[in-house]
Amino acid sequence: MYKVKVYVTLRESVLDPQGKAVMHSLHKMGQSEVEDVRIGKYLELTLQKGDYDLDEKIVAMCSKLLSNPVIEDYRYEVEEVVAQ
Amino acid sequence: MKFAVIVFPGSNCDTDMYHAVKDELGMDVEYVWHDASDLSGFDGILLPGGFSYGDYLRTGSIAQFSNVMSEVVKAAKEGKPVLGVCNGFQILLETGLLPGAMRRNESLKFICQPEELKVQNACTIFTSQYEKGEVISVPVAHGEGNYYCDEETLKVLKENDQIVFTYAKNPNGSVEDIAGITNKEGNVLGMMPHPERAVDELLGSKDGLKLFQSIVKSWRERYVAAT
Repeated sequence: MYKVKVYVTLRESVLDPQGKAVMHSLHKMGQSEVEDVRIGKYLELTLQKGDYDLDEKIVAMCSKLLSNPVIEDYRYEVEEVVAQ
Repeated sequence: MKFAVIVFPGSNCDTDMYHAVKDELGMDVEYVWHDASDLSGFDGILLPGGFSYGDYLRTGSIAQFSNVMSEVVKAAKEGKPVLGVCNGFQILLETGLLPGAMRRNESLKFICQPEELKVQNACTIFTSQYEKGEVISVPVAHGEGNYYCDEETLKVLKENDQIVFTYAKNPNGSVEDIAGITNKEGNVLGMMPHPERAVDELLGSKDGLKLFQSIVKSWRERYVAAT
């Protein structure tokens, strides 16, 4: 089995109002060193091994559904796991 | 003319849309469930507002893989009028029938209020009953209506006159005050404001009715007058 960790973030050029709101809140908490906050999504996929190109499959899933390429970027990590 | 109101799990403006078309416009209309596989019997497709699939992942993103959406794409390619309002607009963006994407409102607040819209293009099948520059009042109700597209796309939208409605006072941060756009061919319209909630003075405005009347007029000109 593969465990795929997908991180989806807003593109740098896209304003992240949620991140801004959290940053202001952190400042109110006294964490004035925080310069910027960007909020994204974290997804964990578990895939069965098979006769397929793993990267191709992940890219297809990420670019068609898991992220919206117009406003978001993604990156991913793959871990091999033993099914229990 | 017969309309389909597509119902996704989580649609909640489907009844308003149905009412607008049936009772105020006097046209045939049917609810069509999201797993339907044939829209050939309909002349116009309406994607209502709401929270399809709970807005999980991103607004409109999961609906793009509903069974019925391949039929909606087919209808759009055939030139049938397709109107997506609010969540319907978000679905059209995610499906790729319209360019761009939606972000959270700049204020992070859910906005629910009447908005003044400017009719930028009165030559579409959705707006022929309006005057260019006409200001109309139509309510909005959304948390994620902050329209975004890159510079290049914006240029194309302008060149082809695809920006149909803009906000007089931008409530959500949309690029260029955009409230509604069409595809290049002009038969697919996506808009965040709800014309179906502005079809009777009782609702505070009937400015949305002309949008539906425009669709019917163009359909009659194309199909009825020709026979």
